[in-house]
Amino acid sequence: MQVPTMAEMSANGQSPEILFWVGCLGSFDQRSQKVTRAFTSILNHVGINYAILGKEEMCTGDPARRSGNEFIFQMMAYQNIQILNGYNIKKIVTTCPHCFNIIKNEYPALGGNYEVIHHVTLLQQLIDEGKIVMPEGGTYKGKKITYHDSCYLGRGNNIYEAPRKVLEALDAELVEMKRCKSNGLCCGAGGGQMFKEEEKGNVRINIERTGEAIETGAKIIASNCPFCHTMLSDGVKSHEKENDVAVIDIAELVAETLNIKP
Amino acid sequence: MQYIPQILFLIFTVFAIWFFSKNMNIIRRNILLGKDKDISDRKGERWRNVLLLAFGQKKMFRYPLVALLHFVVYAGFIIINIEMLEIVLDGIAGTHRMFREPLGGFYIFLINFFEILAVLVIVSCAVFLIRRNVIKLKRFISHDLDGWPRSDANYILITEIVLMSLFLIMNSADATLHDKGQYLISGYLSPLFSGESAYTIEKTAWWLHIIGVLAFLNYLPYSKHLHIILAFPNAYYGKLQPLTEMDNMPSVQNEVLYMMQPELAPTGDAAPVKFGAKDVQDLSWKNLLDAYSCTECGRCSAACPATQTGKLLSPRKIVMDTRDRLTEVGKNISKNGSFVDDGKTLLHDYITTEELWACTTCNACVKECPVSISPLDIILELRRSLIMEESNAPVEWNAMFSNIENNFAPWKLSPDDRDAWVNG
Repeated sequence: MQVPTMAEMSANGQSPEILFWVGCLGSFDQRSQKVTRAFTSILNHVGINYAILGKEEMCTGDPARRSGNEFIFQMMAYQNIQILNGYNIKKIVTTCPHCFNIIKNEYPALGGNYEVIHHVTLLQQLIDEGKIVMPEGGTYKGKKITYHDSCYLGRGNNIYEAPRKVLEALDAELVEMKRCKSNGLCCGAGGGQMFKEEEKGNVRINIERTGEAIETGAKIIASNCPFCHTMLSDGVKSHEKENDVAVIDIAELVAETLNIKP
Repeated sequence: MQYIPQILFLIFTVFAIWFFSKNMNIIRRNILLGKDKDISDRKGERWRNVLLLAFGQKKMFRYPLVALLHFVVYAGFIIINIEMLEIVLDGIAGTHRMFREPLGGFYIFLINFFEILAVLVIVSCAVFLIRRNVIKLKRFISHDLDGWPRSDANYILITEIVLMSLFLIMNSADATLHDKGQYLISGYLSPLFSGESAYTIEKTAWWLHIIGVLAFLNYLPYSKHLHIILAFPNAYYGKLQPLTEMDNMPSVQNEVLYMMQPELAPTGDAAPVKFGAKDVQDLSWKNLLDAYSCTECGRCSAACPATQTGKLLSPRKIVMDTRDRLTEVGKNISKNGSFVDDGKTLLHDYITTEELWACTTCNACVKECPVSISPLDIILELRRSLIMEESNAPVEWNAMFSNIENNFAPWKLSPDDRDAWVNG
């Protein structure tokens, strides 16, 4: 697919309106790549003037910082900010709440000041502005969907409504889990947990959370975070429900409804 | 001879206040053992939080019924303590109910109002005792509370019931004695007192009540109940940034900067810095204020994904451990003049790596805390010490660190493939 990079744009003397920060999972993880492509196809569909950093993008340092390794974090942040400031980036959209949080809230102290939005907020804005028009009787009309609040978008940054408004625009029937919004239960991946074995306990956190999602009777678990996505998909498999219940990112739901294929 | 009660009263009161101040000063000193942290911004929002979170107990209302009961106890206790003004003035002047004559009918109204509150406080405390000891709510039977903390909670509730009962008995006996007509609630107790016994009972209840209140005041510094005072400053100094925003470490930021741009590095040897927190002195004073503000309610642990799934981590225990260790360090300082190494630290001796490794940084504990405590801040500072001082990390994390450093992603994948998804 056609995806402009900053390097090309800059070489042509152009500058994008917004930088799409893809994130490590979105770049490398096979399942998350589909989300990345779905979101990119929406950007192309709407005709937004955007670019990616491509090979110049690096890990934001989130898992390192939260595990306690400030050195690695500062090294990554330094390099990323050099690149972003070098390209004079003003606005960033990202499909990862961890990247969103760290660039928006933690990079400013290090000299990286950008307007950062998460992709569900951008999708909601595009719907509100009429730039995305959902077809009548779309793919998910009347379908039961439950929504998992990621900690870094929800509790961390108080974004609870934007994703729900997008689901509303799909004409889907939103069924909430027992614990939702600020009471939402974590998927188990944050704070570096994604990259290590869970400590010993009675049950894995993702299995506990997926159980709640399955209990709602929804066949779709809508997610907004590649970390949650991975954990919940594994959870669905542990419950042996992979043929009944799907974990789908909100960007994919929108792309599917608009019938745009990457 | 007639001045003896007044003299006794003064001695009790002055001693109680002196002893309380002494202990509070020790607590203040202990809190200030923490590292400096500048929290002087956004004053308006901070005062707003004091009003909403501390006075208004906004977060308690996430669970409305308990919140209502708790609010009754809190409001009741504060309002009934207005009566303390009269008690203290009577005690000093050797008078008896000095406000009754001047206030007239309004006095009767006030006492009746206080009595209604007293009954509501007694009922609420009884419900709380039942929740803890009969219904045995999950967060109250947790092992975090084994031993002293569990007794502490019960002592507080029983004391409040006793103090309120003494207030009612005192009123009833007094009304019998002076034949001024009974008060709204305590009137029902009047058949218990005959004319002769009423005098003794009134005096005894009056003295037990005031001694009880002063003793309770002095119990606070040793108890989780200290939250009735520290919830206010803690609400003021609570975090205003987005919950998931971590504090920066300028020391590390500068080291990396000097590494990347050596020309900026200052000449001469830099003073060695300690990264993260190994013991309570390495935490910020706000972390230590948090520790003293904790009332051990366990809402944090009830919401924690790790605690709920049977991991060793319990955010409440993290905060309780911090206070216990700080108290120990404080005693050490009081005894020796300055801290003498006792071979112990908060990290390892109180809080284990297994607990720290289990945190997902989801902020549920921070969101839940009604008195603006961040158990997560303490966990993250301890993790920083583990990683940067001890190089103590799970093997998978070491791999993740080196992958980020070398491949710019948490996995061993080529940075050249970062945009491969475009062609997928």
